[in-house]
Amino acid sequence: MIIGLDMGGTHVDAVLIHQGEIIEAIKSPTDRTNLLDSVWVPLKLLLSKAKTSQIERIILSTTISTNAIIEQKTDPVGMIIECGPGLQNDFLCCGRENIFISGYIDHRGREIRSFDNSEIEHAIKTFKHVEIPSVAITGKFSIRNPEHEIKIHETLKDEFSFITLGHTLSGKLNFPRRVFTSYYNSAVSSTFHRFSKSIHEALQREKINAPIFVLKADGGTMSLKTGDKSPVQTILSGPAASIMGGQAFLSTTKDAVFLDIGGTTTDISFLADGAPLFEPLGINIGAFPTLVRALYSVSMGVGGDSKVTVKDKKLVIGPVRQGAPKALGGPCPTPTDAMIVLNLINIGDRHKAITAMEEIGKPLDLDPKVAAKTVLNTMANMIKNQIEKLLDNINSHPVYTVKELLYGKKIKPEFIQVIGGPAKAMASILAETLDLPCWYPKAYEAANAVGAALARTTAEITMFVDTAQGTLSVPEVGLHDKVSQGYSLEESKLYALALIKQQSLLFGAKEDEIEAEIIEESSFNIVRGFYTSGKNLRIRAQTKPGLIFQLRSDKNVVC
Amino acid sequence: MLSAKNRLGLVFFPAFDWAISYSHPEREERLLYTQDQIFEEGIQDIDNINFYNPTVASIKDVQRVHFCVPDVDLRVTKSHLISAGGAIKAAHMVIDKEVDKAFALIRPPGHHAQRVVYGDRGFCIINIEAVMLENIRAKLNPCRVAIVDTDCHHGDGTQDIYWNDRDTLFISFHQDGRTLYPGTGFLDEFGGPGALGYNINIPLPPGTGDAGFLYVLDNLVLPILSEYKPDLIVNSAGQDNHYTDPLTNMNFSAQGYAELNHKLNPDIAVLEGGYSIEGALPYVNLGIILAMAGLDYSKVQEPDFNIQNVEQTMEITDYIKRLCEKIYKHWKQRDRLARDLRKGKDYIIRQRQVYYDTDSIMEYQTQKFKVCYKCSGVNTIQSDSDKGMPILAVTIPRDACPSCIDEGYKIFKEANSQKYCYIYLQDKVNDEYLDKQF
Ligand SMILES: [Zn+2]
Ligand SMILES: [Zn+2]
Repeated sequence: MIIGLDMGGTHVDAVLIHQGEIIEAIKSPTDRTNLLDSVWVPLKLLLSKAKTSQIERIILSTTISTNAIIEQKTDPVGMIIECGPGLQNDFLCCGRENIFISGYIDHRGREIRSFDNSEIEHAIKTFKHVEIPSVAITGKFSIRNPEHEIKIHETLKDEFSFITLGHTLSGKLNFPRRVFTSYYNSAVSSTFHRFSKSIHEALQREKINAPIFVLKADGGTMSLKTGDKSPVQTILSGPAASIMGGQAFLSTTKDAVFLDIGGTTTDISFLADGAPLFEPLGINIGAFPTLVRALYSVSMGVGGDSKVTVKDKKLVIGPVRQGAPKALGGPCPTPTDAMIVLNLINIGDRHKAITAMEEIGKPLDLDPKVAAKTVLNTMANMIKNQIEKLLDNINSHPVYTVKELLYGKKIKPEFIQVIGGPAKAMASILAETLDLPCWYPKAYEAANAVGAALARTTAEITMFVDTAQGTLSVPEVGLHDKVSQGYSLEESKLYALALIKQQSLLFGAKEDEIEAEIIEESSFNIVRGFYTSGKNLRIRAQTKPGLIFQLRSDKNVVC
Repeated sequence: MLSAKNRLGLVFFPAFDWAISYSHPEREERLLYTQDQIFEEGIQDIDNINFYNPTVASIKDVQRVHFCVPDVDLRVTKSHLISAGGAIKAAHMVIDKEVDKAFALIRPPGHHAQRVVYGDRGFCIINIEAVMLENIRAKLNPCRVAIVDTDCHHGDGTQDIYWNDRDTLFISFHQDGRTLYPGTGFLDEFGGPGALGYNINIPLPPGTGDAGFLYVLDNLVLPILSEYKPDLIVNSAGQDNHYTDPLTNMNFSAQGYAELNHKLNPDIAVLEGGYSIEGALPYVNLGIILAMAGLDYSKVQEPDFNIQNVEQTMEITDYIKRLCEKIYKHWKQRDRLARDLRKGKDYIIRQRQVYYDTDSIMEYQTQKFKVCYKCSGVNTIQSDSDKGMPILAVTIPRDACPSCIDEGYKIFKEANSQKYCYIYLQDKVNDEYLDKQF
């Protein structure tokens, strides 16, 4: 038996899955003042329905880290930043204290200048003086050569409770994001740690020894223990839970649009040849962009409970939610009221819903039914316009080779998959508006919890080999090694696959579920003075986000 | 996050799958380290800076500028069309006011490509700035443009293309042709009879440093530009004046390049040469990007930078000062010089040899410009190469008067078919291109 739980802003969904079927699904409200209980109450309820020995694993998608950042309830962080020449750097000051040090690594990972030890001593003193518990150390090009970050860590590792090294979080080039990601990682560490400790203890009290995982924004899981080291990877896992949930109900090799329509917002994402799309660099949260690997998902301010008004004879939907739909005692008309009037759903007080649509229809000279239809058509059109805008953007993303420019993949959705409360009611209208088949799973309301339950462990590594210098680095695993002059692309790829497997096992994956693959590879001749002096090899490997298995229900639907 | 003062469009296309040959300076790796630097600096996250893909230039775009022998398809690869298309994309964004400025970081370069194209010279086959410019002029006419070529090599291709066009002021800074390829770019190359004075060469001595370049900019280029009042300034931004460049002998730095772009304030910059791909390009390109975006570039510096890298001798300082005075005087006298040149002549003839170093072809040309007082004059190129294929090419300029248009078509029709393999007509008034094969 597997338990999956997804905590959203307003409620928590949890499911118990056994032999490919959902045997129990529950929904409970999120108590923002007590997130631990918000998780523990539904979890305990599900645990009571299963035999403790039968629980194989528990996967949690939480807003613990996200909330800490959004509500600015994070720990103060001492930042040690090594910039080298380039952009001016005051915009990188994200910590309580920010110490800029003088060392410098260049784009090939060569040390141009060493930092000064007195700068580190000064940093320690400064941080201690204002009782900063957590530190983050980040250098420009540290993913090409992490030695400075590692050396600095050696000096202060006994002085602070939590230290983040920038190069360990992502192998992607983007120094400002590396600084901000490191900052967030240290800033949410104690919050996440408190949470993981409580959950761990609570489960032990219940005598449950099943492995516990947390969901990451990339749609993969990692063990709770790994989460303690890089809690920043757990931010904004909600959309990933939904997208993976969608995958659980349907396997496809086609391009598709995936919609999660909630009360306040609609999240839009895409499948390319059946696989969910990633954010190119990482997710944005709070004031800063990060390198946290994430599935692509864009939220728009339209949902079932959005406020509907008429302005200058025009319908306006969202972006705010003022409360529940009128039919459920809320203050203003909503798309949900329109759905009730059109008999698409059967909840609340129908009379109130009709009153709501009369209110909308009056200034437009429409009877309530037509007004309701207009509301839903408008909503579908807003979603359609946004989808088209996003696709335009995605399909014109920068490419760097002639081949990609001329023959690169363009996403052309062949169907829509929709989940969330209003999914069923909106499906036919969306199909008509977007002129695409639209499909919703039977258990469309619990898809997010299912996604969390069935997600596989994921990991990504970036290998950078410079045979002219004889160096090989894989920042995500902290590797910075020597290689021979003749080291080849083939050897690098095999090594990368071995490392990604190792990393996945470390993150809690089971041997047989690891599906390692090379996702990027390039080999450049390094030519100096008209002679080839070596090769510059760049490889990215991952364990693909995926599911441990598909759900049995709805399995007949394969697009 | 940072926000740029100017909205800047970057067409960054390193063409990682294209090279002239595997160890040629113009190879896959050329913009690799530039990409690393730009990505690591987080340029894509700066507000108001956006990245764009190139478009692909059309055959027609090329024909507005070049006579490709025998035709465009045979001379020009997709990679060249994409490079020119990158410049076109940059220009379109500026013209359409989608951005304030644009920088096309593309390859291969183009400023050695002349009107007639028998092959590759100086790593160039088509002139990407000219193809860009004539593309926008097909829609936006008139358009006075100044092209400032800051590549270390003389922009002999661009000079040839705009030799007789006073709507395009061409100014080239370069290492003196007596010491560097292509061996041209002297003061007396001053433009054709319809545009004398609108082709300005500034041959600088080897060893010119930051101070020298900026002196030329402040005391010669900027004053001329303020008198010319262009609608658009294009920087043909070669980066081989850098002190680490393996092919040249100058002492210019990334700071210098950034400062130059800050002062020149171009609307569009297009990457040309520059082959110190590891020690210069990442920093020079970063400097230019920041300067164009209106961001602080004072912290951009090469790893091996030392003030001695950019110093120049007193002799050079003095030489450059006298050179600038001389060229400025020349510019001021351009109308009188043009009158003298045209006086009593119906045609001005120019004999030239053009060497295609990359493809080892020697071309022999006779250019003939009609002296016309109503327009810049119809003109022809008779050409042959040591590999054969003699041609005649007729150009009817953009501002052609009716009689020059008629004369152009007459030459095209009546040309002696025995003498040529191909005859071409470029009619810039009607945006037409005709060819005949014998
Ligand atoms: Zn050059
Ligand atoms: Zn005329």
